[in-house]
Amino acid sequence: MSAALRVLVSLAAGVIFGFGLSLSGMVDPARVIGFLDVASGHWDPSLAFVLGGALLIALPGVAIQRRMAQPALDERFHLPTSTAIDRRLVAGSALFGMGWGLAGFCPGPAVAALSVGLVPPVIFAVAMAAGMILYDRMLAEP
Amino acid sequence: MTAYWPSLIGGMLIGLSAVLLLLVNGRIAGISGIVGRLLGGQQIGTNVAFMAGLLCGPWLYAAANGHLPPITFVASTPLLVLAGLLVGIGTRMGSGCTSGHGILGLARFSKRSLAATSIFLATGIVTATLMGTWR
Repeated sequence: MSAALRVLVSLAAGVIFGFGLSLSGMVDPARVIGFLDVASGHWDPSLAFVLGGALLIALPGVAIQRRMAQPALDERFHLPTSTAIDRRLVAGSALFGMGWGLAGFCPGPAVAALSVGLVPPVIFAVAMAAGMILYDRMLAEP
Repeated sequence: MTAYWPSLIGGMLIGLSAVLLLLVNGRIAGISGIVGRLLGGQQIGTNVAFMAGLLCGPWLYAAANGHLPPITFVASTPLLVLAGLLVGIGTRMGSGCTSGHGILGLARFSKRSLAATSIFLATGIVTATLMGTWR
């Protein structure tokens, strides 16, 4: 029962996330690049408002989570436990930022944009999936 | 200022989605993690459902606004391939992207996510600005 409800909640969360990305303008690579390119002469602060708005809700959400013994539909919270700022984190984040700055796509908007029937998101998403598989199967340290 | 209301409200909806997934399912709404786990064949049901929902997002926007959200591409095909590879490898190596580190990680006051977010914002700004001067 819980398992089926978790699938429904995931679907709802995905719809809200995808709608939020669309409303915020973040599915548009030009808007993202408008924020990241600080020398364009017409800087677009939208991305800062998106991150700010998300934190406005996520901060109290996390405060509530800390007072809960377990999530509503599972026996425990599945949260990252690593705290190390190691070479992998630094190098991986640096590479991700470069890719983000090249095309204006990060994973969420790239997936959401797949549904509009245009070719570039498909090219990006296939390359992204290939990069993930390449890293997970070949490059990741055991 | 009013031009940024949709971005602020859209951001709040993204935050709401993340809180829903956290408080009900106990999971972090990190898109690179969700895609990565799906490609690895883990938690198929919930991850497929989330991705399906994400794909519906632009069409729900279209139903409300009468048109799809504007999408303008800035990169050529070879650059899209290179960018996709970098994003794929980088997010798996760095254990997260703009959502997992940038939203949930910062909200959890994770020093690791603060470091990751500062780094990908920095390399993103440098890359996009350099590309902009060449474009």
